[in-house]
Amino acid sequence: MHDVTYLRPTDLKDAVRLYRSTPECRPLAGGTDLMVMLHAGTFRPAPRAVLDVWSIPELKGVRRTQGMLEIGAAESYTGMIRSRDAHEHAPALVAAARTIGAAQIQNRGTLGGNLANASPAGDTLPVLLAYDAVVVTDRRAIPIDQFFTGYRRTALQPDELIVAVRIPLGRHVAFRKVGTRAAQAISKVVMAVSRSPARVAIGSVAEVPLRAARAEAALARNDAAGAVGAVADDIRPINDVRSTAAYRRAVTQNVLRELLHAPPRP
Amino acid sequence: MSSTTPQPAVGRSVPRREGADKVAGRTRYTDDIAVQGAWYGKTVRSTLPKGRVRSIALDPAFDWGRVVVVTADDIPGENVVHLIRDDQPVLAPNEGEIRHREEPILLLAAPDRALLDDAAHHIRIEYETAEPVYTLDQATEVFSTIEIRKGEVPEDVEDVEAVVERTFQVGLQEQLYIEPQGAIAIPEPDGAIKVIGSLQCPYYVHRALKRALNLTDEQAIVVQAETGGGFGGKEEYPSIVAIHAALLARKAGRPVRLIYDRHEDLAATTKRHPGVIRHRTGVKKDGTLLFQDIEIVLDGGAYCTLTPVVFSRAAIHAAGAYSCPNVRIQARAAATNTPPNGAFRGFGAPQSLFAAELMVEHVAERLGMSSVDLRRKWMLRVGDTTATGQKLTESVGSELVLDAALKAASTVQPSNRPTVRRGRGLSLVFHGSGFTGSGEKKLQGTIALEALPDGTFRILTASTEIGQGTKTIFCQLAADALGVGLDQVVLAPQDTSLVPDSGPTVASRTAMIVGRLVQDAATALKQRLKREAPPLRVEKAYIQPDSVHWDETTYRGDAYPVYAWACTIVDVDVDTTTGEVHVTDLVTAVDCGKALHPVMAEGQIEGGSLQAVGWATIEEIKVKDGGYQNDRLATYLIPTALDAPRIRTILVENPYSRGPFGAKGIGELPMDGPAPAIIAAIHDATGVWLDEIPATPEKVLAALNGTRETGNGKQS
Repeated sequence: MHDVTYLRPTDLKDAVRLYRSTPECRPLAGGTDLMVMLHAGTFRPAPRAVLDVWSIPELKGVRRTQGMLEIGAAESYTGMIRSRDAHEHAPALVAAARTIGAAQIQNRGTLGGNLANASPAGDTLPVLLAYDAVVVTDRRAIPIDQFFTGYRRTALQPDELIVAVRIPLGRHVAFRKVGTRAAQAISKVVMAVSRSPARVAIGSVAEVPLRAARAEAALARNDAAGAVGAVADDIRPINDVRSTAAYRRAVTQNVLRELLHAPPRP
Repeated sequence: MSSTTPQPAVGRSVPRREGADKVAGRTRYTDDIAVQGAWYGKTVRSTLPKGRVRSIALDPAFDWGRVVVVTADDIPGENVVHLIRDDQPVLAPNEGEIRHREEPILLLAAPDRALLDDAAHHIRIEYETAEPVYTLDQATEVFSTIEIRKGEVPEDVEDVEAVVERTFQVGLQEQLYIEPQGAIAIPEPDGAIKVIGSLQCPYYVHRALKRALNLTDEQAIVVQAETGGGFGGKEEYPSIVAIHAALLARKAGRPVRLIYDRHEDLAATTKRHPGVIRHRTGVKKDGTLLFQDIEIVLDGGAYCTLTPVVFSRAAIHAAGAYSCPNVRIQARAAATNTPPNGAFRGFGAPQSLFAAELMVEHVAERLGMSSVDLRRKWMLRVGDTTATGQKLTESVGSELVLDAALKAASTVQPSNRPTVRRGRGLSLVFHGSGFTGSGEKKLQGTIALEALPDGTFRILTASTEIGQGTKTIFCQLAADALGVGLDQVVLAPQDTSLVPDSGPTVASRTAMIVGRLVQDAATALKQRLKREAPPLRVEKAYIQPDSVHWDETTYRGDAYPVYAWACTIVDVDVDTTTGEVHVTDLVTAVDCGKALHPVMAEGQIEGGSLQAVGWATIEEIKVKDGGYQNDRLATYLIPTALDAPRIRTILVENPYSRGPFGAKGIGELPMDGPAPAIIAAIHDATGVWLDEIPATPEKVLAALNGTRETGNGKQS
């Protein structure tokens, strides 16, 4: 074990400056992933410094701006659950936030953290994909479908900080998470679906949260049954401690059928 | 003493003795107890499932000046964890055999945790590997076997109108007490060692410490700290933690705290025995039960631990709560290279009753009969004999609980969600209260009761409070038998230097067996107080009634003093999209003899029922390369409040003459009934039989899709 430098910037400008000038530094928001990994020694390489962004005012809040819903990167799930704007404009995101961990985790976990951690099982990530969200950083805007580049890898530069997430208004997205139990479970399959435009986004079925291209193509033709059939070829599920590839494949199709109100299999 | 008779305490839900401290956060569990100068301890375990230790080397470049290292060479007594068989070493010695991948090899202590972790990284253990055995199919080493015979089970079944055969499987389960295992060892003057720990059975730990550390009765002092749950998981395992802590403390010459974190606790400690149970049942077309032929194979894991007694209880309960003229039960427990399995609430009975209850369903389906009618036809009643030939003479609540549960259950309404199918299942079980066979006779559990000069009374017993209410009900029993107020009775700490050995807190025996000793001691003390003045002390030891007979060699006779009975009705929603099973309602009627404390009795039953719901549905441990994959709370999932059914408990009071105020033991009973009822309910909802638990969504969905053959019935 070695010492870790703890940095606590007071505003975004300060945070960006510190983050760019400190080597081997990781941002710390609610700590719900990072602290667990540091404790278990599974964060490799171990960071030399952490940048606590939890209290930075520019990274907080849920608001409407430029015809979009903007959620601060360090806003907690509880903050989203309590936001009237989030309920009105991104109810699927609120639904996803409610399924994450226990109340304590919801009080600390953040959207920026879920994105940066980039777990294929991140519960908000398919929702963000289905909404065509935009990840706003200290230097640019990254469309969400370009954000996940590999298993727990993102398009972020090493010194790039997530500032906010923007979600276009007026889209209807349906959401369902399948876990082992009704609460406090990591998803086996998590899905968010929009009919128009056609978006089928799924977590826990590949090395990244993904958009199901074949299913979306069928859905764009208004062929719901075709989408249900095609989605099996879009995903790359594996056997792991939580479930099996066969189960994930079957449930992905079943959940998509349910979310699309598609007719049952002949 | 006041001349007015105080209000009786028994039967009233009085405040629990330790309840206020627990609720207010004042209770100090083992890890909360600060001990001046204590170091931290750590167990270094094997990383391979089978083999031999070739060498243990400490990195010479590391500064070992402030680290204590204990190996098998540092054990002053025998290198044995004392229990039933002397097969489990305290630490694997050099050249010693490794039988599972969590085998303790050496121990470390250091003044701070960072140094401790650092030291652990500077130890090199070389092994010689051997071929491990993980499954019962491959297992060749048998811990023990039992055969129970009643009448004659025919090999040739020509005269029998229907024979149903079925094979059932049950999985591993973790007790998941809230507080992980832990102990603090403190060296005392004159070579004594005091161990404070989270444990169920102070005298088990006492005996184990004496043997491994070569201590006298007085030199080994075991104190139970307030304990955050046990469920059997703190029956035998704390002996290992205590010996390890004591060895470190002895060598360090200072107190050492050895507290497991959840990961180590899940990975290394004992689980419920998984197993395979085969039934062959012969009946007439009218449902008359002709014979039951049952084979049980349980996986004991790497060491014997309590396996022979666990599977003895499994075997005795295997025929279910039914009267059958011809029974053959063949049971064996086999060894595998997985961490040892051990005690867990129900102690083998949930496994065998799961199979027995589902057999009733399968036979009923085969005959086109209602399974409730079949149970009524088969159930044990007063005067009937069990599989071991025990004639039931009193407090047989089978019909009472069946009627009570049926009366309480509402009608099933279909689900309004098109993808959800709803169903109902029922089970009827019994559970022997107290030790099996001659266990109580051999143990002669002893308690003491003192009348003190200040007018108060003190109960001295080694029976522990593990959340189930021991502290409260013992005081209730003593107060009423003495005819004094509840506030005049106190309980001595569970400290082996103070209290006699009233036996382990296991086997649904504490309220019924030890509680009766408390009642009898109080009655005797009351008599003496008419002639003598305090201080006075009365001791009571268990005496087996002459009418009880048990033959351990033939497994014939009175297997248990009495049985508690339960009928459980569950309603489930099966989601056909995901295969998820949600138990929505659970009604359970329990013949407890007498509810000494109704709220705590209901609490026991609700908690046990939910533990059984978890075992039946989502609690799964996958074994990979001899280790548990579900070794964290993120992967070993138990039901949350949102997963819990609405539970309604009906307490049926059907007194037992030798129980305290008529009470029978019910600690384990609620673990028995829900699992088979849930499987029956899934069948009712979907038409699919699963003969295997946990009925995970993966298995249910596969069965619904017919993608895997889960039915395995061979019908003749």
